[in-house]
Amino acid sequence: MSNLVEIRDLHFSYGDRPILSNLSMDFPRGKLIAVMGGSGSGKTTVLRLIGGQIRPQRGTVSVNGEIVHRLDTENLYRLRRKMGMLFQFGALFTDLTVFENVAFPLREHTDIPEELLRDLVLMRLNAVGLRNAAQLKPNEISGGMARRVALARAIALDPELIMYDEPFAGLDPISMGVTANLIRNLNDTLGSTSILVSHDVNETFSIADYVYFLSGGKIVAQGTPAEMRASDDPYVKQFVNAEPDGPVPFHYPGKSLAEDLGLGGKQ
Amino acid sequence: MIARFLGFIGAFVLDTIARIGFVTRSFFKLLGRAPGALKRPTLISEQIHFIGNYSLLIIVVSGLFVGMVLGLQGYYTLSQFGADEKLGQLVALSLLRELGPVVTALLFAGRAGTSLTAEIGLMKAGEQLSAMEMMAVNPVQRVLAPRFWGGIIAMPVLATIFSAIGVIGGYLVGVQLIGVDEGAFWSQMQGNIDVRRDILNGVLKSFVFGIAVTFTALFQGYEAQPTPEGVSRATTRTVVIASLMVLGLDFIMTALMFNK
Repeated sequence: MSNLVEIRDLHFSYGDRPILSNLSMDFPRGKLIAVMGGSGSGKTTVLRLIGGQIRPQRGTVSVNGEIVHRLDTENLYRLRRKMGMLFQFGALFTDLTVFENVAFPLREHTDIPEELLRDLVLMRLNAVGLRNAAQLKPNEISGGMARRVALARAIALDPELIMYDEPFAGLDPISMGVTANLIRNLNDTLGSTSILVSHDVNETFSIADYVYFLSGGKIVAQGTPAEMRASDDPYVKQFVNAEPDGPVPFHYPGKSLAEDLGLGGKQ
Repeated sequence: MIARFLGFIGAFVLDTIARIGFVTRSFFKLLGRAPGALKRPTLISEQIHFIGNYSLLIIVVSGLFVGMVLGLQGYYTLSQFGADEKLGQLVALSLLRELGPVVTALLFAGRAGTSLTAEIGLMKAGEQLSAMEMMAVNPVQRVLAPRFWGGIIAMPVLATIFSAIGVIGGYLVGVQLIGVDEGAFWSQMQGNIDVRRDILNGVLKSFVFGIAVTFTALFQGYEAQPTPEGVSRATTRTVVIASLMVLGLDFIMTALMFNK
């Protein structure tokens, strides 16, 4: 099977509010696929559906041929051992050191001796450039470093699938570049499949193999980063060129200003 | 108008039943995961230390003052009937049967319960619980169950310490300050306290309170809205709900245990 993750005809809503509708996506093995779109477009929801944290109302999400939301808890947890996820702000355990954060999944899922565990953790930390920060607590490191520690933790068990939720949000340009390179290098050296959710155009386009653009819970464009840069699609153009107005309106939909101010007669 | 009112009542009843069902299901889910946590005793001992040891100071100080007040008030009342030598029995019975378990549980809800709710709520807000789920680690078993054990083990121990310190407080005021006969104070206590009926029932009460308060605190934290306001509200709810549960359960258990 060439696709590690397949999404078919997916519908998801929070109560009466639809988030995703009629969504179909493929995530081929070994590739780094970006899911882009504005805030509230449903990008993170896609990751949560793949991870089985929420269930769709219709359609399927399959990982390695297994339909995620049909698995019982035990099998879902078994599947998750093959996944790593980087949360938007790292989600590090604040009461543990950097070392213990990375060691956490190893301690929970393996019985490896303490010396080997130490070596494995230090190698993971070395891969993200933070071996010498091992004994620091999360509140003693910067946001960019926290993201890298979380990345080391996400790859601790050599996952087949790594999901990144807004890994560049709030980072300075140097940290952003470092993180982007790490994501690409880890994908290639581990041979894993990566799903990158982001709205940062330049960094994402520099490392992604393929890009899906989401808007209003639907795919509005897809292709390679080069195709997206050359796209005439109004949404893609607005997004890539950071234009304030376009298919995504500047104003939240509703009454006009004239109506709110009581000008221009009654309707 | 009447239809709307009936609709409102109906919605309220259905919502309440659904809520009770959800809480009950969560309780049994936690109970189902609790035995698994026993495989990792270090996690439980850490929580006993965190929950129990850090509550010790407030328990000791409160126990001392409650015992001292009991000594004073008990003496004023008993001396009117010439029964001041019964002071030891009164202090010990009040503490072992009621004040020890109840006041400890109320203090525990305020000190350790709020701390548990805030900790779990902030872990949720910081996506730490979601991260754990995505690492194939069940947060109910890894985070909630050890704290649950910590709470139900720590509570009877704290209540026992509260009662013991309270007796010392009563002794200091009754015997050392007021001058009640020391032999009478201790012998009345020894002769009229029954191990099963008084001491074990008190321990059983504090065990039940430990389950009620710790579960309430954990549930409120786990189900808190992941925002500063949500965590703040959950913390407040922990104190209110846990305190009312303790007082309600105390009445029921007292009626069942001492119904002669």
